[in-house]
Order: sequence, then structure tokens, then C-alpha cells
Amino acid sequence: MELAVWTYEGPPHVGAMRIATAMEGVHYVLHAPQGDTYADLLFTMIERRSKRPPVTYTSFQARDLGGDTAELFMEAARDAYARFKPQAMLVGASCTAELIQDDPGGLAKTLGLPVPVVPLELPSYQKKENWGAAETFYRLVRACAGPRLPRAEGAAPRANILGPTALGFRHRDDVAEVTRLLGRLGIAVNVVAPMGASPADLAQLGAADVNVVLYPETAGAAAAFLQRQHGIPATKIVPIGVGATRDFIAEVAGLVGVDASGLLAEAASRLPWYSRSVDSTYLTGKRVFVFGDATHAVAAARIAAEELGFAVVGLGTYTREYAREVREAAKAHGIEALVTDDYLKVEEAIAALRPELVLGTQMERHIAKRLGIPCAVISAPVHVQDFPARYSPQMGFEGANVIFDTWVHPLMMGLEEHLLGMFREDFEFGDGAAPSHLGHAPAPAPAPVAAGPAAWAAEAESELKKIPFFVRGKARRNTETFARERGLATITLETLYDAKAHFSR
Amino acid sequence: MDGLAAGPGCGEAPVLRERGHREVFCGLTGIIWLHRKIQDAFFLVVGSRTCAHLLQSAAGVMIFAEPRFATAIIDERDLAGMSDANDELDRVVTRLIERRPDIRMLFLVGSCPSEVIKLDLSRAAQRLSKQFSPAVRVLNYSGSGIETTFTQGEDACLAALVPEMPAEPGSARSLLVVGALAEVVEDQFLRLFAALGVGPVRFLPSRRAAELPAVGEGTRMLLAQPFLAETARLLEARGAQRLAAPFPLGAEGTTAWLRAAARAWGVDDATFDAVVAPGQARARAAISQRAERLAGKSIFFFPDSQLEIPLARFLARECGMVLTEVGTPYLHRQHLAEELALLPAGTMLSEGQHVDRQLDRCRAAQPDLTVCGLGLANPLEAEGLTTKWAIELVFTPIQGFEQAGDLAELFARPLVRRARLMV
Repeated sequence: MELAVWTYEGPPHVGAMRIATAMEGVHYVLHAPQGDTYADLLFTMIERRSKRPPVTYTSFQARDLGGDTAELFMEAARDAYARFKPQAMLVGASCTAELIQDDPGGLAKTLGLPVPVVPLELPSYQKKENWGAAETFYRLVRACAGPRLPRAEGAAPRANILGPTALGFRHRDDVAEVTRLLGRLGIAVNVVAPMGASPADLAQLGAADVNVVLYPETAGAAAAFLQRQHGIPATKIVPIGVGATRDFIAEVAGLVGVDASGLLAEAASRLPWYSRSVDSTYLTGKRVFVFGDATHAVAAARIAAEELGFAVVGLGTYTREYAREVREAAKAHGIEALVTDDYLKVEEAIAALRPELVLGTQMERHIAKRLGIPCAVISAPVHVQDFPARYSPQMGFEGANVIFDTWVHPLMMGLEEHLLGMFREDFEFGDGAAPSHLGHAPAPAPAPVAAGPAAWAAEAESELKKIPFFVRGKARRNTETFARERGLATITLETLYDAKAHFSR
Repeated sequence: MDGLAAGPGCGEAPVLRERGHREVFCGLTGIIWLHRKIQDAFFLVVGSRTCAHLLQSAAGVMIFAEPRFATAIIDERDLAGMSDANDELDRVVTRLIERRPDIRMLFLVGSCPSEVIKLDLSRAAQRLSKQFSPAVRVLNYSGSGIETTFTQGEDACLAALVPEMPAEPGSARSLLVVGALAEVVEDQFLRLFAALGVGPVRFLPSRRAAELPAVGEGTRMLLAQPFLAETARLLEARGAQRLAAPFPLGAEGTTAWLRAAARAWGVDDATFDAVVAPGQARARAAISQRAERLAGKSIFFFPDSQLEIPLARFLARECGMVLTEVGTPYLHRQHLAEELALLPAGTMLSEGQHVDRQLDRCRAAQPDLTVCGLGLANPLEAEGLTTKWAIELVFTPIQGFEQAGDLAELFARPLVRRARLMV
């Protein structure tokens, strides 16, 4: 049993729903108890979709358990086919139905439906949402993809865009941005899937020269299958950040044999200039903690270090499937990756590191609130405000512009930060007040860091309070480490400044 | 029904019963408001990742520094052997209580997975209660979807509190108001009861878990909510007597609800009329402003909270709306007898759901306003139907005289909005 205050991912059948809902002409019959329809709200409310997800639930109740729940499932599947006439049907079980073992796949086969029926085996007590999405997409691609078709003489090269789903963080706009990039390289888009694709479209996947994998978490398995089975190469670089976008352009151009030098020569994003302009100098060395799915966390760490000049002090992911990639990235920043889906472990790590900015998920916003640290969202899980109406990609050159604005926004602006370092008793812009451009009441005082063995002398304690709020936690921690390493019983004014000198080297 | 002009009503009306895809919440959702109401309680769901995901999808838009609910997620190892699961639960609860030393009451909340594998949470609660006594009391109830629909989670939670309530010595008379109400509504009712000379008045749930009201032979209870079947049954088993009344929605419902208590306390009619008259007049005036917008409009209710029948009664009788279909997840004939008698004769009632067939009926009826859950609301809006999302009615103060206008406003607003938007 695992204590979950918050969970980073839903159960795997929600991943399957993300595929079904993203597509057209697919219906999902889910054996599930009454109440599991809450998942519809993720799509109708968080993502604000205007159609019901194409999911029929059996909604069994306690009184059905004594009877024939298998018959209930058959009836629901028959009804769903008759009513919705899909091109392909997914059948599976949610966590509770998995326990009663009715075998939806086997049952659906006996119905003899005239369309492909794809049974989903999604082990709810081992696997999670992204795995469920990847597995479902892979099963559908396996069932539907046709043979590889060679490109006609003189035709433009074609690419599939794989990975965007329903309920994906900025998937809608990332697809638009990457489509634009490919267009400028002279590469046509063959099929975007699962988002907007039908089973008939999946049959056309073989007509592409390359698979552009935007989200390895959801499309990795399907792309590997298409490479293995049909010999279609897949991209490895995800174009989030200016550097990664340039690398992606070079990679995809190389795979299909087009010239990318024109596009690469352009200064297509405003991030580099914004980041070089002197207003950004104060961003140098800001200590950031990065957490999210593997793709977004790795991309964010690179942007933070190479494009904004931050110091990455923590990097982690809840995506165990891509832990190796995150560990390698962390090594490049000289830190140890945190691979966990335990929210409390992430909270502990952030509390111990005391960063000045947290780049994370909706869950890290809870932690940041508790600790009074500025925070920006870079990855799912996210809530309704991160499915915005405006164009907000993370990928490509416009994505980099969006990222610059989003990440810098929660930080104290430069002038305010300077004045706070000099005068901390102002009644309005006082110590610990939230940045005034955010228009909030003062942030809560940060929870005290676990006290070291050394006691603080009153004089040192009051000196500590003169250090600006957002770096005070780190100063306290460093001083206590310094005292502990030297076996000092009391922290004096001298110790504080000795520690400052020691750590500033 | 005294004082109320009841027609033939719907007391004996046939009810359409359906089963199939039900677009409703499970009882775990009750935690979203109960954790705010009982401030020193913590709700630990014992379930799967689906349960954890449900809770955070519903509540996660609020940014919590310290959430007062969590999930102990069952994994494969727990499914292998039962004794293991109990040790694991003890470990999780210990970790939780260390983290939150301010918790006074811990609810172990059962879910579909924990019910299906028959994990005995009531024994676990007893064992843990002993271990953490006297600092923390550990109770259990089921919020599983297979057993409870949405607000029935509150019923199950309050029912778990009933055995904890102290016994009223002797036959001292008291009024117990049952069902979570907004604090402002509680305070208004307290003032009205005081003016009527009805008392002492207690509320279940109380704002603090440690201050549960007493119950005994002299207890008279007024149900403030229609979904409290099990709680009422257990309170009756402890000697309390239910005062039959419609629910306190609108001027009419609130008056009748208050009158039931006044009768039991022998308050004379003149005193009663004098006490309720100002509130009643304010309520009627507030409703009449919105009734212009609502009168003659047709309304269709999908099942959600069991509040549908009292709401339909209020909207038909006090706002002049036309009822097409009134769906409810569960119909408690006895508790709703007074409500059914007041419904316009011939109202179509349905219990349970086959959502696709119900949607067919709704589309055929083309109601002016459709009350439904958030899984249906936006899709129906996109089809051109105006909707009122039902969950809000559980989260908003709607009971009593002072809220009667606000209640009508909740239904008028979507119509006003539709008329106003020009794009």
C-alpha cells in the first residue's frame, strides 16, 4: 500500500480514454463500477471538450456482483456498437473490474462484431496512465497500420506526427507549431495520431518517410513497432527549447534528406535576445528545481541551464519508463535524479534544497505554496488553467517564447529584488511579501528547515533575517551544514559569515 | 400538509426505473465538502489509483498547503494476501498521523476495490483507534461506487458518526438538524429556532469531530438533506424521532420545515407566523425577481444528488417552471413523501439511469434548462441546450429563507447568460 496525497498519473484505463477521446471513429467499452464516469469530466471540463468521450461504462453496482456481470458487459458492448457504429472498438476493464475477472476481450470476441475489436490488458495495480496510453496506441497501430508505401518520384517527403493525445499538456498547440516547422522544411504531414486520427487514418501510417515522436511517453511503443515492422525511422529529439528545436530540425532533415540550413540560419525565437538583454542578468544562477514527466523535465533542465542561465539544483521525474534518460540528464548538471511517483518524497527534496523557483506539475504548485516558493507549470498533470484559449505551445520557436514569459513571471522582478535586499522593513514591500507584480497578499512564512544540532545565537538569527527572503532558507541550511561539519555548538555572527565565504567559493 | 395547497401530487406516481451506463459520481466525492465541514477530520480512502485520481480531479484545482484527504493505494502485493494488507494499512496510517499531528478524527473510507477484496476496514478502524487513542479516533465508512452514489457518501459518513454520539441522559428534548449545511445557513436556522423557543438545537455533522451532539429518546430530528436514509435509520434506532417535512428549499419548503419543529414544540400559530413572516416575505420578494425569467420555462433533471425532487418542487411551485423529467439516483419514498405530495401531478419521475436513453428523451423534450453533471453539461451546451451543472447545488448555500433568491438565481443565471452572449 502506498500513501498518496496526490498522484502524478491516473490509472491506465484513463490513458486508454485519452487515446480513444483523441481519435475519431473509435469507441471504448469499459467494464467499470458506477462512479468511474468521473473521468469524463477530465475531458469535458479540464480540456473543455464539447463532445462526450466515446466511452460506454457498464456501471455495475454491488447488487450486480451476485449476478452476471459478464452479461452486463456483453449487453453494454452490443448496445454501444449499435448506437455509435465505430470503425474500431476498444474493450477493457478498470481497476475494480480487473478484480472480478470477466475477461472483456474474450467476451467481446464472442459478439462477432464486424469491426476490429482491440482488447486492452491494462494491469491497474502495476501500471499507470501514460503506460495505458502508450499500450492502447500501440495496440491500435498494430491492429490498423497498413504496409509501407514508397514515396512517389518527385513527391515531397512525408512525416507522421505521433503522440499528441486528449488531455495532453499543450498537445493542441505543439502539433500546430511542429507542423509549421516541418512545412518550412518542405516536409508534408501524412498522419497526426492519435489526435484527430481515425482507424482509417492509422491504415495510412505506412505512407510516411519518418515518424516524428513528440511525446515518447505515449508514442514510444508505437513508433518502435513501426520502425521494427515497417522500417520507418523515428526522431529521438523532442523540440522543446531553442537548442532542442535546432537539434530536432537537423535530425528530421537528416532522416528525410532535406536541407535545413535556411531554417537553422534564422533567428526564429525571441528567447535568445530576451535572455541576453541586461534585464535578465539577475536570472543568472537562480536555483531551480525541475520535476515532471521525463520529456518535459529533461527539456526544461536544458533550457534552464543553457538558455536562461539558471542553476539546476534538482531534477526528477515520475515517469519510471524513461528514468534512464533523466538520470543521464541529471548527471550533466552534476546532480542525482529523483525518480519517484511519491509526492511526499518530492516535497522533502524541495524542502531540503530550498530552490528559488520550482518548475513542475500541478502537484508542485501545492508544495511551492506550502513552502512559499515561486512556481511555474511545465508538465502534466495540470488543471483547467493550463488548457488555455490562447496559442501556447511549448515546442518550437514560439514555444520558447511562451516558456520565457511563463518561467520568469513568478520571480520577483529585478528592481524589487534589489530594494528588498537593501530595505526590508517597508510596510508594503516588506520581507516575505509576494512579488508585487503578482498582486497577492504576503506569502506564508516558509516552514522552518529541520534544525541542525547547532543552536543559533540571537545576534546571528537576527542577521539571518536580513538576508532576502527567497535565499534565506538556503543560507540557513548552508550555515547549519557548515557548523555541523565543524562540530560547532553555537552559530554566531562569525559562523554565518564564515559559512557565506565558504560556500561562495 | 398543513398550510400548503397540495394537489393530487405524485405520491403514487409510477417511476421509470432503468439501468445501464450511469453518469454519476461515487460516494467518495462527499469528501470534497465534508473535509471542509469537519475541520479536524482527515479522510483516508483505501482504494486504487482511480480513487486517488477522482479526488484530485475534483479538488485539485484548489491549491492546498495541507490537504485533509489522501488515498492508501492498494498494489499487487496487497492483493496477494489479506494479512499483509492490514499491516500495510497500519504503516500508512502511522506515517499519516506523524505527518499530521493535528488530526483528531480519521475516516478510513472504503472504495470499490477494498469492498470487492473484502478488506475489513471496520476492524482495522477499531484496531487503529485503540492504538492511537485518545489523540485520534479512527472510524470507517464506504464511499464505493458499487454501494453509494455521490451524496450517499455523506450519508455513510454521518451514519459512521452516529454510534460515536453521546447518549442524551433521560428524555430531555432536543432538536437535531441532520445534514451538512453551510455555516451561514446553520446560524440563520439557530436564530429562527431561538425566536420560536425551539431548542436546544444541535447539528450533525458538527464543525469539530470531537464535539458530536447527544442523541436519545427526547431527540426530534429534522433532515436538512434528502439523502440521509441510513443516518436517519441509525438515529431512530437510538431513540430519535424524525419530524416529517419537506426540505428547506424556497420560502414554502423552509416554512413547512420550520413548522414541523414548531408543531413538535407546541409553538402556537400566531407566534410561528410572527417569527417566520419577515424571512418569508424577503424570500418571496427575492424569488419573484428571478421567477419572471423562469416562469413557463421547461426543465429536465438528470440524476445526481437526490436533491432533484425537492428542487423540482421549488422550481415548479415557486418559480412557475414546467417539469419534463425529474431523475434521481435513488428515491426514498418515506423521506420524500411530503415532497412528492407537492409535485405537480403527472410529473415524469425516473430512478437510476441508462444515460444514452435518457439523453434521447432529453433531446426529444428540448427543455429550456437541463440540470446535469459536468460530464454532460458542455456536450449538451454544444448541442444548443442550456444547462445548469448539478454539483454546484451541493456546494452552495441554498437552504433557508435568505438563500431562496440565490437558489432561484442559480437556475436563472444560465438562461440570462445564454440571452446575453452575442458571439
